[in-house]
Amino acid sequence: MLRYLLSRLISLVLSLIVASLVIFAVLQVVPGDPASFMLGMNASPDTMAALREQLGLNGPAPLRYLHWLAGMLHGDFGLSYTYKTPVAQLIAQRAQVSLPLTIYAMALSTLIAIPAGMVAAARRGRASDLAVMGVTQLGIAVPNFWFAMLLVLIFAIRLHWVSSGGFPGWQAGIWPNLVALTLPAIALALPQASILARVMRSALIEALHQDYLRTARAKGLTQGQAIRRHAFRNALIPVLTILGLQFSFLLAGAIIIENVFYLPGLGRLIFQAITQRDLITVQSVVMLLVAAVIVVNFLTDLAYAAVDPRLRRPG
Amino acid sequence: MSRMRFPLPLPLVLGAALTAIFAGLAVLSFFWTPYPVAAMDIAARLKPPSLSHWLGTDTYGHDVFSQLMVGARTSIAVALVAVGIGVAAGVPLGLWAAARRGSLLDETIMRGNDLIFAFPSLVIAILITAILGPGAVNAILAIGIFNIPVFARVTRGGALSLWTLDYIRAAQVAGKGAARISLEHVLPNIANLLIVQGTIQFSLGILAEAGLSYVGLGAQPPVPSWGRMLADSQTMISLAPLLAVFPGLAIVLTVLGLNLMGDGLRDLLDPRLRRK
Repeated sequence: MLRYLLSRLISLVLSLIVASLVIFAVLQVVPGDPASFMLGMNASPDTMAALREQLGLNGPAPLRYLHWLAGMLHGDFGLSYTYKTPVAQLIAQRAQVSLPLTIYAMALSTLIAIPAGMVAAARRGRASDLAVMGVTQLGIAVPNFWFAMLLVLIFAIRLHWVSSGGFPGWQAGIWPNLVALTLPAIALALPQASILARVMRSALIEALHQDYLRTARAKGLTQGQAIRRHAFRNALIPVLTILGLQFSFLLAGAIIIENVFYLPGLGRLIFQAITQRDLITVQSVVMLLVAAVIVVNFLTDLAYAAVDPRLRRPG
Repeated sequence: MSRMRFPLPLPLVLGAALTAIFAGLAVLSFFWTPYPVAAMDIAARLKPPSLSHWLGTDTYGHDVFSQLMVGARTSIAVALVAVGIGVAAGVPLGLWAAARRGSLLDETIMRGNDLIFAFPSLVIAILITAILGPGAVNAILAIGIFNIPVFARVTRGGALSLWTLDYIRAAQVAGKGAARISLEHVLPNIANLLIVQGTIQFSLGILAEAGLSYVGLGAQPPVPSWGRMLADSQTMISLAPLLAVFPGLAIVLTVLGLNLMGDGLRDLLDPRLRRK
């Protein structure tokens, strides 16, 4: 177990380092000087030089990379060129929208998909199975932002049940924000739930064909008991893989969905930063998103070991 | 198998038909559209579907059906070239890694793949298009890069199991080199896998292109794209909801067609699945 943990940890750190190198290198080739962007065309060369110094734009690239990395390690993500506030502060504000949205969507997706997949597998070939397979086939093909637009059209514009976008902020209480995040979370969850339900179904069908399940049935367990006690746990490995991957898709999907609902999250921050050439913000937000995905993949690997003891052994 | 069977599975037929319809519309758009794509008829703006404008007109008086036809061209071209990038770079890498299985080279290629997989593809696609500037070519690059590890992995996985087989041993004994064996014996036998994966990546590419052009990072005006048609329709959604419906339906039907075709091809091409 310790060796497994150690090898996963090493690959976690390596991935993070390479990812940060790639992101830093990519943003070095961007045309346009942030200092001249901030000060306008008429700035004197002296002020410009001073600002470049202040932003840490002078000095060789490897040094700036290390400076950026060291800063991030203790929560200093640099100063936003356009907002003139620490990027860490911006990220903290925006994450209050994006993170709850992602978690909300993930919870919805899991709560819908696992039971749907189990029902489909247990009733393979019958009407409920065909219904699940048909709906999920469609769900995979629907772009989440278009589904979001349809939800707005039906529930906000036609039925007036919810507003079509915006975010009241957490100081307004939990309920109004949950309401505001519900349509976006449903839109995000649908395609992911479709994939997850299909994986759950095929993993469970696979497990139902194993000898140990026949043994369990022979010992007098009902089909339902056998599924709950034996097949479910064995079907969880592929499901965990997909759950880990889904976090990455949901986080990225949130970036686009936030645009549909005018939610002030990390996605909107990235787009604004890109158009305003606020590169340090782009760099830090992208790094943060990538790091979140890498860390979640790492946790997924650990979860495998918890579910499947065979993986704990070295080999 | 004595029982008479339907010659082809229904999902495959349905999927191929849907795909053929949209591919056909895309090809046809090179020669003919009901109205010129750029033609603006301000007097006839925001018209509902009618005999003269089959799917109505948009805010600028563009004919929606003509826009959708040319949009199909954009979507299919971007996704197809992105799959091409994935195949051209991924398949040789996968074959190479399998031929040198267990070596440092194999390990390097596969860890490189893992790393690309670890990146949230859409975030990086947004980053790439933001840096190189929005446009169809950069969208192709951004989507194509993430196809490389997919094809490398599928190729290596398929090739590894072949390398243990006797007929490959025979080819080795006959003095053929690894490169020649890969091309003459391995590649033809994993072509099925690659075709199925290609269909899946094609449909994912269409979705990715739609997402990128929806946020303004795909094909730029005046080139129509389904994603931008949706973005444009959003401000008008309470006035002309159908404008938000048609491009989305086009995306869904194309992706659905490709997915059904991929599933059907997998069943058809994989003899082990056929027996079940």
